[in-house]
Amino acid sequence: MNMLNVALPKGRLGDKVYELFSKAGYDCPSILDPGRKLIFENEETGVRYFWVKPSDVAIYVERGAADIGVAGKDILLEYEPDVFELLDLKLGKCRMAVAAKKDFHDRHLKTLRVATKFSKIAADYYLSKGRDIDIIHLNGSIELAPILGLSDVIVDIVETGTTLKENNLIVYDTILPISARLVANKSSYQFKSEAIKNLRQKLASLLEETV
Amino acid sequence: MQNSSFDYLEKILYSLRGLYDTYGYTRYRMSKFEEYDLYARNKDFLISDGVITFTDTNGKLMALKPDVTLSIVKNSPDLPDTQQKLYYNENVYRVSKGTRAFKEIMQVGLECLGSIDTYCVFEVLMLAAKSLLLISETPVLEISDLSILSDTLDFAAIAPADRPMILRLIGEKNLHELSEMLLSLGVPAEKSAILISLAELHDAPQKALSMLRKTLSASVFEENLTSFAKTVTALSDAIGEEFLRVDFSALDDPHYYNGIVFKGYVPGIPQSVLSGGRYDALLRSMNRSSGAIGFAVYLDLLELLEAENSPYDLPVVLLYSEEDSIEAIETAAVQLRRGNEKICVLKSIPDSLQAGKIYRVQNGKTEEVQ
Repeated sequence: MNMLNVALPKGRLGDKVYELFSKAGYDCPSILDPGRKLIFENEETGVRYFWVKPSDVAIYVERGAADIGVAGKDILLEYEPDVFELLDLKLGKCRMAVAAKKDFHDRHLKTLRVATKFSKIAADYYLSKGRDIDIIHLNGSIELAPILGLSDVIVDIVETGTTLKENNLIVYDTILPISARLVANKSSYQFKSEAIKNLRQKLASLLEETV
Repeated sequence: MQNSSFDYLEKILYSLRGLYDTYGYTRYRMSKFEEYDLYARNKDFLISDGVITFTDTNGKLMALKPDVTLSIVKNSPDLPDTQQKLYYNENVYRVSKGTRAFKEIMQVGLECLGSIDTYCVFEVLMLAAKSLLLISETPVLEISDLSILSDTLDFAAIAPADRPMILRLIGEKNLHELSEMLLSLGVPAEKSAILISLAELHDAPQKALSMLRKTLSASVFEENLTSFAKTVTALSDAIGEEFLRVDFSALDDPHYYNGIVFKGYVPGIPQSVLSGGRYDALLRSMNRSSGAIGFAVYLDLLELLEAENSPYDLPVVLLYSEEDSIEAIETAAVQLRRGNEKICVLKSIPDSLQAGKIYRVQNGKTEEVQ
C-alpha cells in the first residue's frame, strides 16, 4: 500500500493535530503507546506518522521525507519552503508581534536594534515600514534582550502575553496572526494527489463542523 | 559523485540529446562568457540569486554561466517569420539553497525561438513529456497557462499591486489566505470563486478542461482557453492523459513568462526536475519582436534516483597480490568481464567503497571470496 507519510510537530500542538487527524479518520493507535518508537503506521488508514521538531516539519516536507506535515505559519514565512500550504488548521493560534519595555518610544533617530529568532519576518516587516534596523539573531530567551539593553525591541511569538507582562514588556504592534498549517510536498502532490486531496477535504469538513 | 551516478546521468544525457536531435533541434554551445550586466538586468529570470563574476582581460566584468537561456536569446537573431530550434547541455553555476554555496550543475535544455505558433508550443510540451519519460515510466507534466490566469485577474479587476501576492497564493494552493485576500479586496463572490477554483485545480486534461469550460464561460476567456484546450488535447492524444495534469499552481515570473508554463515531476524526487514555459515577455524586454518557448532539465536532481538503483560502488572486484603475474591477473579479469559489465581490479578495497562480488586471483585461478 502506498502510505501517506505525515510529519507531526512534537509537543502540545502535535497532540492536538493528531487528535484532529484521528477524528478525520486517520487514527493510528500505536502512536499513543509510550516508548521510544519514532515511526507509527496504520495500514488500514494508509498513514505513517513521525514526530519531528516543529521547526523541522517544513524541511521534512520540502525534501520529500514526509508527503505532508503540519507547520506553524511563522516557520513557513521565515524559511519559505517550496511546499503547498493546503489548509489553516486553526490550531496553535498566536501572533507574531513587536514588543519592548513599557517606557520605550521609537523616535526614529537611530538604527533600531531588533532581537529575534525570526530574522526574515522582522526584516520584511521593517522593510515595509521603511525603518532602518539592526537584527540581533537569538535562539531563545528573546525577552531578555531589551531588559539587558541588548536590543530596543523584540519580534517574537506572543501567545497569552504572560511572559511579556512578567518582564515588564508590552506588545507595540502585531505583525501577523499565526496558526498551524497543513503543508504538502509538491512532488508527492502529483503522485499521491487523491490521498492528499481526500485528507485535506476531511480535515476541512471537520474544521467547518467545529466552527 | 560515484562512477555509477556519472554513468546513469551520461545515459540520460545521451538519450535526451538523441531525442532533441531527432526533432531537428541543433546543439548550442556556450563557448564564451557573457557580461555580468546581461544577468544583472534580468536577475529575476535567474533561478538563484548569486552570480560568480570575474574581470576579463579587457577589464569587463563577466559572469560564470548562471544560466544558458539568456545567452541563447542574446545571441540569436530576431525571427518574426520563422523559428530557430536549439538545445544545450552545459554546466551552470548557481547557489545551492541548502548550503548557500555555489555549485556546478549539469543542465540540459531546449529552446524554440521566433514565430511561435500552437504547433511549436505543442512540440516543446511533447518533448518535455518525452524527456520525462526517458527518466521515469510514470512522470507527471504539470501544465498551466499564465494568459488564462491574467484574464481571470483582469476579470476580477485585481489591481497590479495586488497581483504578485494573489499569484503567490495560487502557487502555494493556499485557498484559505486567497479567499481572505479576495474578500478584503472586495472582489465579488462569483469572481473570487473562479480564482479559487483555478488555484484548487489539479486534474487530468479531460476533466480539467471540462471544469475550465464551465468555470470560464465568459467571452473574455474564450481566446486563450480555446488555444490552451487545443494544445493540451493534442498533447494528451500524443503522450497519454495519465502523464499530464492541468494545475495553475505551476507558475513563473509573469515579467518574463506568458502563456503556457509547465513543470515536470518524477517519483522519488521531491521537487520538479523539469521546468519551462513561453517567455515572449523576456524577448520584449530585450527589444525582440518574436517569441520563445523552452525548458530545462535539472540533471543534478537525478542523482537521487540513481542512489536507489545501485547498492554497491563496485559491483564486481578482482583482488590480486604482488606475487600474481600481470598475465594471470589480466586473464582472470578478461574471463570475469565476459559475464559482467564492470570489473574493477584492485590490490585491496578502499574502506570508503562497498563491493558486491569479490574475486581473488589465487595460484593462477580465480576464486570468489565469501
